[in-house]
Amino acid sequence: MGNETEILEKVTSGDYKYGFYTDVEMDIAPKGLNEEIIKMISLKKHENEKMLEWRLKAYKIWLEMKEPKWPNVHYPPIDYNEIIYYAAPTHKKKLNSLDDLDPEIKRTYEKLGIPLEEQLILAGVAVDAVMDSVSVATTYKEKLGELGIIFCSMSEAIKDHPELVKKYLGSVVPQTDNFFAALNSAVFTDGSFVYIPKGVRCPMELSTYFRINAENTGQFERTLIVADVGSYVSYLEGCTAPMRDENQLHAAVVELIALENAEIKYSTVQNWYPGDKDGKGGIYNFVTKRGICAGNNSKISWTQVETGSAITWKYPSVILKGDNSIGEFYSVALTNNMQQADTGTKMMHIGKNTKSRIVSKGISAGKSQNSYRGLVQVSKRAENARNFSQCDSLLMGDKCGAHTFPYFEIKNNSAHVEHEATTSKIGEDIMFYCNQRGISEEDAVALIVNGYAKEVLNQLPMEFAVEAQKLLAISLEGSVG
Amino acid sequence: MNNEETEKTDLKAKLLNNFRDFEKNLNGDAAGIIHEKRKDAIKYFETLGFPVKKLEEWKYTNLTPALKHTFKNPLEEYTSALSENDIKDFLIKKENVNLLVFVNGQFERKLSKICSKNDNVFIGSFSDGMKTHRDIIESHFSKYVNYTNSGLTALNTAFAGEGCFVYAGKGEQISEPVHILCISDAREEVYFSQLRNLIVAEDNSSVNIAEDYYTIGDKHSFTNTVTEIFCEKNSGVEHYKIQNEGPNAYYTGTTQVHQEKDSRYSDTTISWGGAIIRNDLNSVFEGTNTECHFYGLYLLSGKQHVDNHTFADHKSPNCYSNELYKGILDDNSTGVFNGKIMVRPDAQKTNAYQSNNNILISDDSTIYSKPQLEIFADDVKCSHGATSGQLNEDEMFYLQSRGIGRENARTLLLYAYASDVIDSIKFGELKEMIEIKLEKKLKKGD
Repeated sequence: MGNETEILEKVTSGDYKYGFYTDVEMDIAPKGLNEEIIKMISLKKHENEKMLEWRLKAYKIWLEMKEPKWPNVHYPPIDYNEIIYYAAPTHKKKLNSLDDLDPEIKRTYEKLGIPLEEQLILAGVAVDAVMDSVSVATTYKEKLGELGIIFCSMSEAIKDHPELVKKYLGSVVPQTDNFFAALNSAVFTDGSFVYIPKGVRCPMELSTYFRINAENTGQFERTLIVADVGSYVSYLEGCTAPMRDENQLHAAVVELIALENAEIKYSTVQNWYPGDKDGKGGIYNFVTKRGICAGNNSKISWTQVETGSAITWKYPSVILKGDNSIGEFYSVALTNNMQQADTGTKMMHIGKNTKSRIVSKGISAGKSQNSYRGLVQVSKRAENARNFSQCDSLLMGDKCGAHTFPYFEIKNNSAHVEHEATTSKIGEDIMFYCNQRGISEEDAVALIVNGYAKEVLNQLPMEFAVEAQKLLAISLEGSVG
Repeated sequence: MNNEETEKTDLKAKLLNNFRDFEKNLNGDAAGIIHEKRKDAIKYFETLGFPVKKLEEWKYTNLTPALKHTFKNPLEEYTSALSENDIKDFLIKKENVNLLVFVNGQFERKLSKICSKNDNVFIGSFSDGMKTHRDIIESHFSKYVNYTNSGLTALNTAFAGEGCFVYAGKGEQISEPVHILCISDAREEVYFSQLRNLIVAEDNSSVNIAEDYYTIGDKHSFTNTVTEIFCEKNSGVEHYKIQNEGPNAYYTGTTQVHQEKDSRYSDTTISWGGAIIRNDLNSVFEGTNTECHFYGLYLLSGKQHVDNHTFADHKSPNCYSNELYKGILDDNSTGVFNGKIMVRPDAQKTNAYQSNNNILISDDSTIYSKPQLEIFADDVKCSHGATSGQLNEDEMFYLQSRGIGRENARTLLLYAYASDVIDSIKFGELKEMIEIKLEKKLKKGD
């Protein structure tokens, strides 16, 4: 027991590996939120009037809304007037190549162990790198351009592809959707835009590396992915953030649209600063992610590995509107120390013969609270809907909590819905079995947790699977229950 | 919307008025602990009112249609004229049964029959209990159920005065079951009735109790009950709740169980009558090594709406809870299941299981299921499962290929499906009665 405690302390007291701060000359708006700030953001982004109107409308809606109190997370009230809503790394001209990139930013990526160049050459990934709120480098654009694929920052898309943006922005997550989505609609500064034309299979994994940088800056990302008829795209999102004492708010919105026969695969590895072991600092992550299988035979798959953030509030959902469409949700959520996570999914079956699958694996350690909250809804006309949900929780230590709140609303008798959930700790007999065969306690835990999360990790693209496995191992070494 | 709100307030205002009259007529009873609680509870009812859909706990159940009627207060305006003949079909065919009959919330001494009598046992009405066992009632009354967060429980507590009181003293194994027959007489008027039951099982005692609900007549009725059950060390309580009410009956009820060390509690709730039913079943494991079983069956048709909320609160280590709720839903019926398992910090070595299965027979039936786990201890084994589906076509085919007609095969399969719950009833004569009724109900569904 003494040994376990020692190991546990060693791990939990470890400093956040990626906590550092890069000083880039910032272009910062004053604190607070009002119409003037929104006008300023819109002006900075060179947006047209329509866009500004859209933002102001969202702002008005937001003013009427109340912050949701139902999630199973607790945090001091956020003062929305103490947040800076716009911060951009200053750069005057458009970048032609990576060499023009601010060397400070380049160094940040190197410290993170993901040198941009190496990514480009070795992994063949086009990276739309986001430093705070503005895209600073977009690569591989030309190659994608040949196939007619649009992969650019949101602000570019608003300028260059207004018709697509107008058609799809807010079509899945309307401004009125929830408190944080409304806030995001009003003040979002940048994000990624992807459009895959008809019949095109995107040849590479598209990826954005997010960084939250400037002090007190809320990050409001807006991502929109449209897969036209018969196309396929796999999108990766990954995050690390520097150490900061004050809580940082992040309220992103991601919208996916899959038309007929299209498939979108969206993978996330989230490792933002979770706060120190007393729960001080850390990112507040309030994200709205939703996809719509608009056409028949379409498919949307969410995969997430969540290990960071002080508070995670995130429910990637799929609206299964097209007949024979498929929605998937694979999640590993790991909480340690004082972290709180309330995450899950919503599967809304509307079309005929729709299928959905939910696999959620929660791991709680330290004094953390980990909740799964999910909804499976089968509407009256959704004939032959099929759902399978599995949510397992693994508890390490006697101070943490694991919770499941699954909701089922079934209005069609041909639906076949199954749900199962289990909660347990790593069995002593399993540990004994491993020890007996010369596997140390720490290795055994890593082995068991990896096996436990395998079903989800297998869903990740190769480049991410390695990173995710490493993350889990680092976060869990020695957390023997 | 506005109209509904006023109507709701009307009933609330009327009940608040009734309370003043009720208080006046209490005479000697107006002093004492119980009345202090009543006065406190009415304040909570005044603030909380009737539950609305906005509340998470009432998300899927709308009481508005039940509240729009102009209810009469049976305490003032009802005198029962029921004879033995009226209730003979409701009786359990067993010689030694303690029978307690309540009509519109009032005790029917004439129709009741008590056979277990000794100094250490009391079976009877709440008001009679107050005469002979006041200390015991006062030491348990409203101690377990929480009226500060539920308008309906507050309302019940405010008017608490009649219901059943069962007391099993130390070491008393009451072999004769207690049959509580709760009848709504809805032949002429529309009544809002309430019952407050208290069951106290002392050390090493045991008792079997069946709450049985019926309606006579086809007018509307509303019954709101609260049952508190206290299980002392190593006691055993078996509790059955059978809801056979009529198609115009509304029912809301809370059963609050408090379990001490080594105690055993088992509940079986069968709901197949009534228009809107809401059951809350909560058990708190205060002592270690307790055992608890929740079984439920809801067999619905027409426009019935049944909402079952259960809560197993594991406060102490080494406790076991198991829950099985099954539903068969036909026509336009709606079923709601909300099962919660809470494992509090330090409740190590907990084993908690929960399962909810549903068969939707018709295209228009709906099920809302929400099994929840909230776990704050690590050395536990907890699981829950929920399913919704149809009858298995392979099984149907198997039976048909052996010469059993489609309708019979369907009845057989549904009967087998429901048997998992019915088999939990250990009170033989009651089980027989239910089996016969189940078969009839399933055949009628054809």
